Amino acid sequence: MSRRTAIPREVEQAEALHGSRRQFLKQSGLLVVSVAAWSAAPGAAGQAPAPAGALGPGPYPDKDYLQLDSWIVVRPDNSATFYVGKTDLGQGTGTAFRQLMADELDIAFAKTSVVMGSTDLTVDQGGSGGSDAIQVDAWPMRRVAAEARRVLLDLASTRLGVPAAELVVSDGVVSPRGDAARRVSYGELIGGRRFNVTLSGANIDATTGKAPVKPVQALKNVGLSPRREDIPPKVDGSQEWAVDVRLPGMVHARNVKPPVAGAQLEAVDVASVSGLPGFVKVVTKGNYVAVVFEREEQAVRAARQLKCQWKKPATAPFPASDDLFDFMRAATPVNSTPPADSGDPTAAFAGAATVVEARYDVPFQGHTSFGPAHATADPTGDQLTIYSNDMKSYGMRNGVAEFLKMPRDRVRVVWMQGPQAFGRTAAEDAGFEAAFIAKELGRPVRLQWMRDEETAWDTKGPAYAIDMRGALDASGTLTAVDYTARAADHNHVGYNEHDTVLIAQLTGQRKAAANRGRASLPSDMYAIPHRRTTTHVVSLPLVWETPLRTGNLRDPDGPQVTFASESFIDELAVAAKADPAEFRLQLLTRGSGDDSGFKRARSIAVMKAAMAAYGWQPRPAGARGTGEVVTGRGIAYAFRSQTVVAEIAEVEVNRRTGHVWVKRMVCAHDCGLVVNPEGLRRTLECGMLHSLSRALHEEVRFDREKVTSVDWVSHPTLTHADTPERIDIVIVNGDPAPDRPDLPHYGAGETVCKPTLAAVGNAIFDATGVRLRRVPFRAARVLAALKAPGGTFVQ
Amino acid sequence: MRPITLKVNGAAHTVEVEPSTPLLYVLRNDLGLRGPRFGCGLGQCGACTVIINGEAVRSCVRTAGTAENVEITTLEGLGQGGALHPLQQAWIDEQVPQCGFCQNGQILTAKVLLDKNPKPSDADIRQAMSRTLCRCMTYYRVQAAIKRVANGGVA
Repeated sequence: MSRRTAIPREVEQAEALHGSRRQFLKQSGLLVVSVAAWSAAPGAAGQAPAPAGALGPGPYPDKDYLQLDSWIVVRPDNSATFYVGKTDLGQGTGTAFRQLMADELDIAFAKTSVVMGSTDLTVDQGGSGGSDAIQVDAWPMRRVAAEARRVLLDLASTRLGVPAAELVVSDGVVSPRGDAARRVSYGELIGGRRFNVTLSGANIDATTGKAPVKPVQALKNVGLSPRREDIPPKVDGSQEWAVDVRLPGMVHARNVKPPVAGAQLEAVDVASVSGLPGFVKVVTKGNYVAVVFEREEQAVRAARQLKCQWKKPATAPFPASDDLFDFMRAATPVNSTPPADSGDPTAAFAGAATVVEARYDVPFQGHTSFGPAHATADPTGDQLTIYSNDMKSYGMRNGVAEFLKMPRDRVRVVWMQGPQAFGRTAAEDAGFEAAFIAKELGRPVRLQWMRDEETAWDTKGPAYAIDMRGALDASGTLTAVDYTARAADHNHVGYNEHDTVLIAQLTGQRKAAANRGRASLPSDMYAIPHRRTTTHVVSLPLVWETPLRTGNLRDPDGPQVTFASESFIDELAVAAKADPAEFRLQLLTRGSGDDSGFKRARSIAVMKAAMAAYGWQPRPAGARGTGEVVTGRGIAYAFRSQTVVAEIAEVEVNRRTGHVWVKRMVCAHDCGLVVNPEGLRRTLECGMLHSLSRALHEEVRFDREKVTSVDWVSHPTLTHADTPERIDIVIVNGDPAPDRPDLPHYGAGETVCKPTLAAVGNAIFDATGVRLRRVPFRAARVLAALKAPGGTFVQ
Repeated sequence: MRPITLKVNGAAHTVEVEPSTPLLYVLRNDLGLRGPRFGCGLGQCGACTVIINGEAVRSCVRTAGTAENVEITTLEGLGQGGALHPLQQAWIDEQVPQCGFCQNGQILTAKVLLDKNPKPSDADIRQAMSRTLCRCMTYYRVQAAIKRVANGGVA
């Protein structure tokens, strides 16, 4: 063991910035050295603590995921820091990783910390996305922590002269079994030194050592709800966010977007702003325009004042939003999947006693981040550091390097806290833009989008137009469903693609061919004997440089598809004169097989759990109430990967005004082994309310030139006034062997977003007898439906 | 440009800026505060909220030149003597924030509400908070935390 060396330089420095700074100063000589080294770094002398991760000059080679030291540092005081390649957007994944890794390592949770998502410090686990942090990425974390424990027990075995198999560990202290008086701590065994242990694994997700992970029953912190450590600084004002990065010599940039989608820049009158105080530069390339000023308010003002001459496109870039669905249904698809049949749907429809048909429309809905996109880029020293809240910091590093033709190891992205960002957000565009301007200027640049820019130009979840048909036999049993989806998703942009990011489009550096896009299918475990599914992707006239560009938005197609499929199941239940929950349960229970994750059994479990929590009494749905304000209930269900969820919404509808209030929500959710129940509850509450906002309020509006929903008045969102008075979250373990020692931990975050739109629409039907097949359910739309023939408007 | 003196969290600061500069940018960029943040620049969302003379004010639409001779409190100044304000503690106890970007506005708007109405009804809370937005949708927990404070710190 004499070959162990000191903790690598960059980790020392990371510890100084990310670790428990005060604790180190008291206890670690190493840290004093590293703080001194840091203080001498360029630009840092005499400064207050610098932005997290500002650790001096590059290069920044990738961290080697096959080295245990890349993942775990144990210090002399018996504390440990975990370095993981994920980002935590406030849903508590960092806390969950600590719980899992502390359990595998056998160290006190309170003495652990986690560093996440900075490309020079942490292994590349891709950042966040797909709700798979716990489902996928937690596994290599568990295995490397288990391996560290194994290595430490070997060291203890040598130290204590006792076989490793006869040692026990409690909170990082090792003793021979039954002899607690003899003890040695992890800190004493390895504190401040490297493991120098090589792991194996063909890719990072497969990373493993020799040690097995523990059975569920041996996990002590898993199932508890330790509090998130990022919350206190977020409520006392001490949190340093990505928007807060301040660098010596930093200037402020603002974009000037084309006033009309597809417009070409013909001329810029730099003199219109060059006389303003603080002028630095007007940066233009192709149709990309930004102003750079010494102070932020100067840049904001100049972006409004800059005179540009734009040439409008010869043809309209898109139809107006009011005409969108007619356009989508009439358009020739740019790509399609041909009808895919299971069973014999043609025969089933031919022999049906009842055929039900319905069409559902979901408009474009945006990320509409609460804090407009931003990034700060520092080009000092022939390298580039980007401070960003983008959840995919590694992808941004790779994409920016490619875009600016820089070596990858000369670019790094420091991930920092930021406003909510569920998927492919404009934070990626802002990161590229800040990097581009910083390289042009040779000065650190802070760029932020404005509210109208964010709301108009961020990536959108695709609009869907879905046609459904269903066949019931004479007994009211569902025999066939035919699903045809059209998604306005042509040229769906990927994550941090150097040739689809907005500045690449505007500067003429885009890829030759547009991305294909996709249209998705329903996710249910219903035993429907005959099914047909057909999907089409349609394109709007303007493919590039359009504010109606689509990108992944929180379960990218789930809310749209499930709105159609689960509203339609309700319509079938009405036709069958059946209770909508019982109707679904019958579809789930009449099958016999199941998948490897017992998803059918677990679907039944969440349906029953939601019904029990709500107090669901079976009866057919339909208008029952009288008077101005009527009440109804609706249920919907879906899965995503192996996570299953059922939701119930109870609504009050004012039949005079059309106003809908969802007064109660129930969510029953099975994602396997739950690491942090309180963290999960909050994630589910907030996810469900996000989809409630999409159900009630959110829609991207546009005319034939531009997006017209550009702020919180023209693009409303859920408010405190809309909040349900009661939310019940039921955490379900529906595994047929619930106590099995290998119970998997699946993902959470996006599944819960799927059923809400349909649950609310179904509840409105139950309350009013009026079926809404188009979201959002704004009061004017509800009122129009109530006033339509057959409606139940109350004067 | 002219010297402008602002009283923020009990201390006076003099900065040389255009009087028309939004107070938000002075607080952030000249005084280095992190509590108030840019969300919309239109006074619609609440991210930039500060308390001025007991009222919740949107600092993105208040100019620095009109913020002299008033007491400005930001999130950083809410606690007293190193202790958290009961609202901040309730926010931790309820584990309210998700991303946390809006919580400055949530907490300060709640502070003004409770200063004026220590025992608000649910309807009072909804009404007073309705223009303070959250895109993570933590509203349910924000309301729970406000009720916790109104109830003497008990859930």
